[in-house]
Parts: sequence; C-alpha cells; structure tokens
Amino acid sequence: METVKKICKGDVRSASRLIRDIEDKIPSAKSQIKKLYPYTGKSFIIGITGSPGAGKSTITDALITELRKRNKTVGVLAVDPTSPFSGGAILGDRIRMLRHAEDQDVFVRSLATRGALGGLSHAVGEAIHVMEAMGKNIIIVETVGIGQQEIDIINHAHSVIVVLVPGMGDEVQTMKAGIMEIADVFAINKADRTGAKQLQTEVMSMLNSAPILPDDWRPPIVMVGNVYETKAFAKSIEELVKNLEAHYLYLKSSGRMAERINRKIIVEINDALRANILEPIVHSLEESGELRSLAQKIKSRKADPYSAAEEIARRFLKQ
Amino acid sequence: MTDRKIRVMVAKPGLDGHDRGARILARCFRDAGFEVIYTGCHQTPEQIVAAAIQEDVDLVGLSCLSGAHRALFPRVVELLREKDAADITVIGGGIIPEQDFDALYKAGIKAIFTPGAALDSIVEWIRTNIKPRA
Repeated sequence: METVKKICKGDVRSASRLIRDIEDKIPSAKSQIKKLYPYTGKSFIIGITGSPGAGKSTITDALITELRKRNKTVGVLAVDPTSPFSGGAILGDRIRMLRHAEDQDVFVRSLATRGALGGLSHAVGEAIHVMEAMGKNIIIVETVGIGQQEIDIINHAHSVIVVLVPGMGDEVQTMKAGIMEIADVFAINKADRTGAKQLQTEVMSMLNSAPILPDDWRPPIVMVGNVYETKAFAKSIEELVKNLEAHYLYLKSSGRMAERINRKIIVEINDALRANILEPIVHSLEESGELRSLAQKIKSRKADPYSAAEEIARRFLKQ
Repeated sequence: MTDRKIRVMVAKPGLDGHDRGARILARCFRDAGFEVIYTGCHQTPEQIVAAAIQEDVDLVGLSCLSGAHRALFPRVVELLREKDAADITVIGGGIIPEQDFDALYKAGIKAIFTPGAALDSIVEWIRTNIKPRA
C-alpha cells in the first residue's frame, strides 16, 4: 500500500517515518505531503506554551486523558530544543505522557527545534498535516520552553493555552507585549504555591485594562493545582478542556476560525515560497563559493550586503 | 540540504529506578549530535516499542541494573519484530554478567556495554553500526 493511503488509515509507522523525512528535508517527503494535503484541515489544533518547567508536558498528559474520556483521538507534537553546539537534542516531553504509550488513538511525536527560533520546529506545520491526515480529532502542539516572544504557535494553533507559574516577576511582566497577548486560555499551574493568587489577580487586571468589544473573547484563567493531589488536579484539567470547547464554539460562531485558518495558510504559502526561492538561491551561492567571496568583499567594504542582495535577486528571479 | 540525524531512544525497562547511567548516556548522545528520546524508568517492553515506533528511532538503548535483562531485553526485540519494526537496532547496558552475553546476542541484542565502557566507545559503535535509512 502506498504511504499516503497507510497514513490516512492511521498507520503510525508510516506517519512517523514521513514526519522524520520532513524534519530531515528528504526530497520525497514534499511529494508525499502534496498528496496528503487534500485530507488535511479537519482537526482542532491546540497550542500549549510557557516557560521551561512551567508544566506544559504534564498538562498535555492530563489533557490527553480528559480528551480520551470524551472519545477524541489525539495527536501530540512536542518540541524540545536542539543544541546550537552539537546539533543534538534531548527530547524529554513524552516522559510525562508514558501512560498513553499503548493507546492506539494517541500518537505522541517529539520534534527538535533544529535552529528554529519561534518556539517550534520548521517541520511542525507539515507534521500537523500528517496527523490531520491520520484523522486525529485533536492535535496538541507543545512548544519548547519559551521566554517573552517566541510566539510562532499562533500561526499553527486554533486555540493557544499559555501556562504561567507563580514567582516569575511582578505585575509589570503581565503588562508586557508578546506572550501575554496570545493566550486564548491562561492556565496558572502550580496554583498551590505562594504567589498564585496574586498572579491570577495580575492577569485579571491585565485583561480588564484591555479594550474589549462585545463579541471579543475574554481569555479565561484556569487555576491548575498540585499534580499529586490527583482529584483536584483532574478537576482543573476538566475545566481547562471545557474552556477550550467554549473557545472552539466561539471561533466557529464569531467567524474568527476562518480568520485563523486564513492566517495559517498565508504562513504556509510564505514558508513554501522561502523554501522554493530563498533556500535554493542561498544553497547555490554556497555551492559556487560566491557567498564566501561576497562576504570577503563586504568585509573590506568593497561591496555592501544590500546592493549585493538586489543584484542576486535580479539575476535569479529572471530565470 | 538534506540533514539525516540519528535518532536514539534511551529507556529503562522494568522495576529499576537507577537511571544515572541512562541519563549520562542520553546527555552524551546529545553532545554527539544525536536526537535522544529519553523516556526514563519503569517501562514495559510494550511501552518502549510503541514509543520507538512513534518516534521513528534508529536505535533503542536499554539500561537495566535489576537483573531482569534476560527477560526484558529479548522481549523488546521480539515486539519490534511483531510490529514490523525489526530494522530498529536494540543495544543494552547495565549490570549484565558475561555469561548472559551469548543468550542476549542470540535474542537479537546487537551490542552490550557494561560498567566501565568508555562513553566514546559507545558513540563510536553507534556511528559505525547505525546507518539511518536513506
């Protein structure tokens, strides 16, 4: 059976191999993705982001449990950082999700960032498509531990959960642009710890001070307690899922879903253009040695990068 | 532009919480430029195999210090075969008496590293023997 058919039937081995080929930029992967594309676009995509150690993977694990109770099939893409020095990576998110390892309807795949700076991997968009084609109802994309503005997740997810933890700074932090603006749902994790209540107040006052129109979505704040107090923890995750469901309904009824999907597609076109235009040009300049000699010229101020780029663009885009 | 990376899984099957060795290896593989899926302690062979397939790894490294290697290591190889994933190489390490080596090799474990094995020698073995599929 050909790969595409197998993936559409939910075959994990074919799917994970194709995701690997996408990550490794194997040329045949592109043609497979093209064939898969008509079968994509039917899943609901949840992003989960926050600082390192905030509890993204633990919450993801609990979300899987809650979604499985509702009979949803789940795909998870969990991103961890690549070493800028060795190129290696420790992919340790799935250690929190081991109890789902044998559930046929849960597919967890780790991705390394491989130099991408927006909190994700360059392969994530296409990896989502692979899981969509497999027929997963819900796909959870977990970013690397992020700082203030690695917000590429908004280009891929329909709903974004921002996980916050107490003790990371005062109310000025909640006023800042970037990460605090992208949440559709806030989860304040480790809510049993000192400062959680204060953080909740700060986020609330941040939300209150923002102009809000009648049909806008006001991000709810879910307090997520100690994971070892299992009952209370499960309850807070149930609340999280209910809020995600509400956000899904809001996206549908307000027309915002269509906006988000459009934005996602425009990003896809952008990425594809870059891969088809910019990358081959840079590659050919590297191969021919022109890039290096150009760098020499620029270094001695016999040329400047701007004119050089214009000249290169004229030369290549004519072809 | 193609960039095939070696993907390795480091796992500890069975009732064994001594993961210092496994962690050191995971770190060492990271520094060797591999992508390492670290899944920690207390796993069943079924969980390990499911994860190895979901992650499309080239190699599974099993660590066992509890003495149950003769049951657990071969079971992982067997399950990989059942799942049509026999191309994933399995190696093992930990407290493994020499008289068990033959049985493990026969069961399909491709290499065994015991305490004292130099980290470099393990990385070297992987670089020589693991060729990610084309």
